Amino acid sequence: MKNLIIALSIAFSLSALAQSAEQKGLDVAKKADLVDQGFESSSVKLTMVLTNKQGQESTRYLETKTLELTEDGDKSLIVFNSPKDVEGTATLTFTHKVGSDDQWLYLPALKRVKRISSSNKSGPFMGSEFAYEDLSSQEVEKYNYKYIELKDGNHVVERYPLDPKSGYTKQVVYWNTDNLRIEKTDFYDRKGALLKTLVYQDYNLYLGKHWRANTFLMENHQTGKKTKLIFKDYDFKIGLSDNDFSQNSLVRAGR
Amino acid sequence: MKYLKYMLAAVAVIFASHGHAQEDQYTDFKAEVNADYRVFFNEGLYDEQRQHYLSIAFKPEFVQEWQKGRYSLKFTGFGRIDQYDKRRTHFDIRELYWQMVAGNSELSVGIKKIFWGVTESAHLVDIINQTDVVESFDGEEKLGQPMVHYSHLTQIGTFDFFLMPYFRTQVFPGRKGRLRTPFILDGGNFEFESTAEEYRMDVAARYSTYFGPFDLGISHFFGTGRDPIISDLETFEPIYGVIHQTGIDLQATTGPMLWKFEAISRRNDLQDMMAAVAGFEYTFGNVGNSGIDIGVLGEYLYDDRGQLAISSLQKDLFVGSRLAFNDIQDTQFLFGGIFDLEYDTKIFSVESSRRFGQSWTVDVEARIFGEVSEEEFVYLFRDDDFVQLSVSKFF
Repeated sequence: MKNLIIALSIAFSLSALAQSAEQKGLDVAKKADLVDQGFESSSVKLTMVLTNKQGQESTRYLETKTLELTEDGDKSLIVFNSPKDVEGTATLTFTHKVGSDDQWLYLPALKRVKRISSSNKSGPFMGSEFAYEDLSSQEVEKYNYKYIELKDGNHVVERYPLDPKSGYTKQVVYWNTDNLRIEKTDFYDRKGALLKTLVYQDYNLYLGKHWRANTFLMENHQTGKKTKLIFKDYDFKIGLSDNDFSQNSLVRAGR
Repeated sequence: MKYLKYMLAAVAVIFASHGHAQEDQYTDFKAEVNADYRVFFNEGLYDEQRQHYLSIAFKPEFVQEWQKGRYSLKFTGFGRIDQYDKRRTHFDIRELYWQMVAGNSELSVGIKKIFWGVTESAHLVDIINQTDVVESFDGEEKLGQPMVHYSHLTQIGTFDFFLMPYFRTQVFPGRKGRLRTPFILDGGNFEFESTAEEYRMDVAARYSTYFGPFDLGISHFFGTGRDPIISDLETFEPIYGVIHQTGIDLQATTGPMLWKFEAISRRNDLQDMMAAVAGFEYTFGNVGNSGIDIGVLGEYLYDDRGQLAISSLQKDLFVGSRLAFNDIQDTQFLFGGIFDLEYDTKIFSVESSRRFGQSWTVDVEARIFGEVSEEEFVYLFRDDDFVQLSVSKFF
């Protein structure tokens, strides 16, 4: 009887432990999400520096606006300011916590707004090492989680994309224990091999609670190519509403 | 000339009347210049046609915004100088409009370009702007349209209203040009049904919305139809008729598959017609982790005017493939073929582009008339297979 109780309690605590790794991972993600809530709307200018294997660089400029929503995913508007032949091209994205996102593309030469498929998440964004899914709004509900360890002041959590169209089987996220900002993410491809590492640098604190990295450095381990994203002129609570994220505003953004 | 004077005066008033705060303003100039070399494989069927054509085109743009975009002024010009074809040498104001934005409303006054529709091989519902015929064989280039445009966003969708006080006639290739009829068409001399001719006030409205995977547009146009009505191929007397046109466009975006549908019904005293196009576009994204997207397109076109449809798309199938390399140079290809299901006509096309450096692009376009049935309007262009190389510089 005693043995049975011991066996049961061991089994119970093991399962509790197993569950808690997942629960703990989810808790970290939720807390990090909660800490950043309340920016309402934001805008930022972006410089994208693409570096090929030979070290040749190519630069792109973009601007993005975001509308924070809590019951569903965020809305965002991205405008491409360079290269000049695509200047004025813009995308409007309505992120959804569950299911695929809604996305429209504006082509300034034809003055045409096109609804586009958002299912091609794993493809490269503008020839860069960032995939579309790396740059879309990171909703907690889009992953399963597993807490791995506490290491060098970071919560190391594995997250597994729920969308079968994702280019990844796994991401390892390093959340800083002090302020729950992400320091680094490792991306593993569909075969389970390490594909890319994204390092977040030069963090600044905005409005006393929103940590934003001024530099994202993405390195592809399989091709040797790199992409650096430099963020400038962050602005929060700029009073944007749903009206600023319509197809009309998409056309206007492509001025 | 008077027209131009009034416009310049209006522009001056706009500049003088909008805010002064420097940080709330935005000004941008840009320009595109391109040199085209077009080679036709065969000698022309008609007198004076050439086989090699050089031309240069330029497109200056200017935008000024005041009060963080609440008010704006936009200008886009266009001009082309063709080595031989005097009609293809042409200049146009594509856009010159003032716009005001207030919450969910938008008011534009001036010359503007509006696109409606979802399909790729035909643009049936797209009726606001006249086609720039000499500029594009596929009809994708448009002339600027003077209008007052009011757009209102609501919970259930967007309502757009248009008042168009002036009609633009088509310009067809001249005597030395290719892709023309044996006789020279002069759009400026076509008959008008309306006694007001170009100055009839045309009106249009459109309701557009989206729900889940669907994007829907319903439109109505009442005014002088953009393409002329041809009642008889023998006498061939085109007339710009006053039409009522109702259009619907619908797209369903379900994962990598896009379903597309457009239909129009047009009523006029001389001719009633209906046309529709239905199809799909499926994209194989990031094939084999190469970053390359391969799209497959198929569309069925129907037009109940049959031979009287100048487009020659009365019962045709369009099959195409889009290749996007998603590389730093944005390399792209679009292959297409139009197969007539009634006659034997087959027309093929290739369009490709690639960027060089930060501000140059090279485009290659080819149109091949594989087989052309004598029964169809395009029979007149049967020997006009060509390939065009364009080099563009962006400033």
